[in-house]
Amino acid sequence: MSKIEVCGLNVYYENGTVHALKEVNLEIETNKITALIGPSGCGKTTFLRALNRMNEVNDVMTKGKVFLDGKDIYNGGEDVIQLRKKVGMVFQQPNPFPMSIYDNVAYGPRIHGTRNKKLDSVVEESLKKAALWDEVHDRLEKNALKFSGGQQQRLCIARALAVNPEVILFDEPCSALDPISTARVEDLLRALKKDYTIVIVTHNMQQAARVSDFTAFFLLGEMIECGRTTQIFEKPKDKRTEDYVTGRFG
Amino acid sequence: MLLGDSAKMPLRKEYLADLEKLKVDVQKMGELAKDSARNAIKALVQRDRVLAARIIKENVTIDDLEFDIENRCMKLIALQQPMAVDLRTIGTCMKIITDFDRISDLAGDIAEIVLLIADEPHVKPLIDIPRMSEISQGMLSDCLEAFSTGEIKMLEDFSDRDDEIDALFDQIRRELMTILIEKPRGFTNASHLNFVALHLERIGDHACNIASRIIYMVTGKRRKLE
Repeated sequence: MSKIEVCGLNVYYENGTVHALKEVNLEIETNKITALIGPSGCGKTTFLRALNRMNEVNDVMTKGKVFLDGKDIYNGGEDVIQLRKKVGMVFQQPNPFPMSIYDNVAYGPRIHGTRNKKLDSVVEESLKKAALWDEVHDRLEKNALKFSGGQQQRLCIARALAVNPEVILFDEPCSALDPISTARVEDLLRALKKDYTIVIVTHNMQQAARVSDFTAFFLLGEMIECGRTTQIFEKPKDKRTEDYVTGRFG
Repeated sequence: MLLGDSAKMPLRKEYLADLEKLKVDVQKMGELAKDSARNAIKALVQRDRVLAARIIKENVTIDDLEFDIENRCMKLIALQQPMAVDLRTIGTCMKIITDFDRISDLAGDIAEIVLLIADEPHVKPLIDIPRMSEISQGMLSDCLEAFSTGEIKMLEDFSDRDDEIDALFDQIRRELMTILIEKPRGFTNASHLNFVALHLERIGDHACNIASRIIYMVTGKRRKLE
């Protein structure tokens, strides 16, 4: 079953002069991990950002439909704050706020009105889900910036989980991490998919192959091919996909 | 713009050269195994001890080649993380070199038999054994051509060709049985010829294995031929 259905999505930058996404159609399955791959500038991050309306800045124009649970997030009158609560995002560089671990995780729930004891349990549960609780439970008051890159990234994941989203978008979440931290985040992604729908942009094709259920290949703003990850990496249908995954160009 | 330029540039030159060299050496190993099998039957028909001894000696070269190719496959997987057609090619190389090695071992076994029975004439004229060899040689040639060109049409009828080899094997066995009853003194020769036929039947099976792997390498679809 699809959680998100994208129909004829076009995104233009620089007041319509750069056509960044061209008629993209894609379905994102519920409780699965979908990886977006493709060379730099192919539109995969633009696509990811379109899923929670993060492209809505002055010189960007979006056309097409993005249905979340059957409701168009662009034309259905969806409140963007509520949308981003449902569709969380984790970025390439860990970006914790310059405050304690606790306050980082509690930030979103506080905005949404959660208080006191309930807040404690949300923080604990989110950190546990992000596989960070055991490492930080006795240092919750410490400044988040004092922790390692891998821990900071898992903290950002915990922060995203704390507002109880349905979909989490990951934009190259491991590109700034060492192999051990990367393996931890990958394990975490696999564990999270039973409760969340995950979309991940990655430049690391082995990572896409390891963690995702579905893979979509983007090139020059077009979605060339999407299929089960095993099919994309074992027998892609399109020659351009094959050339990319075998490293013939990139 | 950046992508347009980079898309035209050939990448991973060394890796692609290593992959190409791997295919060339697998092809070479296949040719050697095929030649061994053909020469083994030639040595049997002509009762040629010298040729038989040479086949046994050449087995070592094929064994060494198998180890070398396997090592290089492992290295490519570990260091280059091949995907799609490259991964299928390397996986296919790793599998079919075992079949080639087994074929050369079976040729070696036939050569050993030649050394044992070359002094005396055969209990029967050899017609069906060379015919089995001819069919299996054709299958191996087609495998090698398909492996190098990616053209797999000639592998389509492998099950039929294998059936033909199996039928000849049954026929030879029945014939040797009759000879054993009629001429018990020919037991040694007849028993060895039976083993030769068995080895040729196995070579046909290995050719089917190889063909099935090559179909997978080219199409990405698994198909069993037997």
